[in-house]
Amino acid sequence: MSEASPAKAYALHLGVIALLFALSFVLPDYHHGLLARIMVLAVFAMGYNMLFGYVGLLSLGHAMFFAAGLYGAGLAVIHLGWNVPLAFLAGIACGALLALVIGLLALRTTGVAFMIVTMMFAQVFYLVILYFAAWTGGDQGLVVPQPARVLSFGATSLDLTNPTVRYMSALALFSIVLLITLAIVRSRYGRVLVAVRENEERTKMLGYDTFSNKLIAVVVSGTICAASGAAYALLFGYVGSSFASVQYSILPLLWVLLGGAATTLGGLIGTVFMYYVIDIASGYTSAYLLIVGIALILLVLFFPKGILGTIRQRWLGWLP
Amino acid sequence: MMPLLTTKNLARNFGGLRAVDGVDFQLMPGEIRAVIGPNGAGKTTFVSLISGRIQPSSGMIVFDGADITSQPAYLRVRQGIAYTFQITSVFANLSAYDNVALPVQRTLTDGRSKGAVRTGVMAALERTGLADRAHMPAGQLSYGHQRLLEVAMGLALKPRLLILDEPTQGLADSEIDNFIELVREIAKSATLLLIEHNMPVVMQLADRITVFNAGRILAEGTPEQIRANTQVQEAYLGTAP
Repeated sequence: MSEASPAKAYALHLGVIALLFALSFVLPDYHHGLLARIMVLAVFAMGYNMLFGYVGLLSLGHAMFFAAGLYGAGLAVIHLGWNVPLAFLAGIACGALLALVIGLLALRTTGVAFMIVTMMFAQVFYLVILYFAAWTGGDQGLVVPQPARVLSFGATSLDLTNPTVRYMSALALFSIVLLITLAIVRSRYGRVLVAVRENEERTKMLGYDTFSNKLIAVVVSGTICAASGAAYALLFGYVGSSFASVQYSILPLLWVLLGGAATTLGGLIGTVFMYYVIDIASGYTSAYLLIVGIALILLVLFFPKGILGTIRQRWLGWLP
Repeated sequence: MMPLLTTKNLARNFGGLRAVDGVDFQLMPGEIRAVIGPNGAGKTTFVSLISGRIQPSSGMIVFDGADITSQPAYLRVRQGIAYTFQITSVFANLSAYDNVALPVQRTLTDGRSKGAVRTGVMAALERTGLADRAHMPAGQLSYGHQRLLEVAMGLALKPRLLILDEPTQGLADSEIDNFIELVREIAKSATLLLIEHNMPVVMQLADRITVFNAGRILAEGTPEQIRANTQVQEAYLGTAP
């Protein structure tokens, strides 16, 4: 996995980033805005994939990490008046800390128990947000005021509500996370993660402390998801409890399964696919979820390992 | 000379079954020791206790002078106790190269030594004759080659004590000859503890033999002594009427 064709893999990833950059100049307004959102959510998917795809741990509670970033950043702006970079870091820190605590507790379990435990913690997190409605806005959520969403460097300032700035910020975050993911996956640590997924007992008998390795993976995954949430709050200006609901724990799982678990670009492909199927289908009928359902079934039948996963299996074995 | 491995009154119960029952055992550095015994005698349980895959009910394990009884398996591996599985459990979806890279990279402390991983992996694969299959998924290797890959992974840990659990099981006769050569080669740099059913292999390889029966050590000695031991013959063939 890691020694073969590094140049090809990096070229492909840089090519995807360049393509997304170029699209900014040709896309009509609507798709431009949608793609910015998709890129931020693809970061969420990549964070999820880190744990699900590479370590094989299926969490049903990743909404809490996304929401930790979302609220961490949003509340820091709204209540503490922090500037954008600080708020972004606050969101990431909240997610990392939460992931560390959840990881320490949830990793005592595996398999179905792990799914249930993570889901329960996420439910607790969701209810806590509703309970402290005075600060969090409860189920109404909060709007991050537009004047606060400005990135200043000395004299120059970038208005994050401007579509181009927003798109480029989303692209920057996406690119950084994509390249970090690629580097992790291709590293020795990535090899250990895959080994844990394939056979944890055997990995222990090769001298690896699998608990620590899994804990690091949970923290990395949670931190990436929190970065996505923090960026979402700052770029789109809304902080709401629906992002902490169970639906937002299932969505990244769906995106990753569609795009291809344990593929670096699967998160992006899955998110784009899902958004556009919904977008196109809802243009024709109000029963668009039916069409989405059929599309999902077809995909499972013909691309059981997700779009990229199946492409890798059949044609391009070198895909990371 | 100080023994490399000592167990004192080591025991493990599974419910009411005393799988390993008060075993005092010593292994000298550089030895090739075979552990034999009828099915269910407690051999695999015994080596699992040593490798740390299961915890003892009572007793003590000392490795190289240090009490390792309560250490988790991965720390024992880092101290030099490597275990190759009875049931082949290579990482089937990873290439042979990656299978061996996992133990190799763990023994390297220098994170920048990319070349060192490759060198270490290829050395272990060449020693086991798998170099030309480095990039095949391990699951697609023949059974015999998977057994060899297990050994390569064990070797790559640079163990001081290598535990081989029924390494020749399922190998063809022609493969067994090569295997014996390989074990002799490994024994130059490591102490070997070998569970084996194939008596010709045991007789050719072992310096000493320990015979297990019903969770206890029945006899211990050189191959000649064991061959001549009437108790051992009874354990294997049943008591004479």
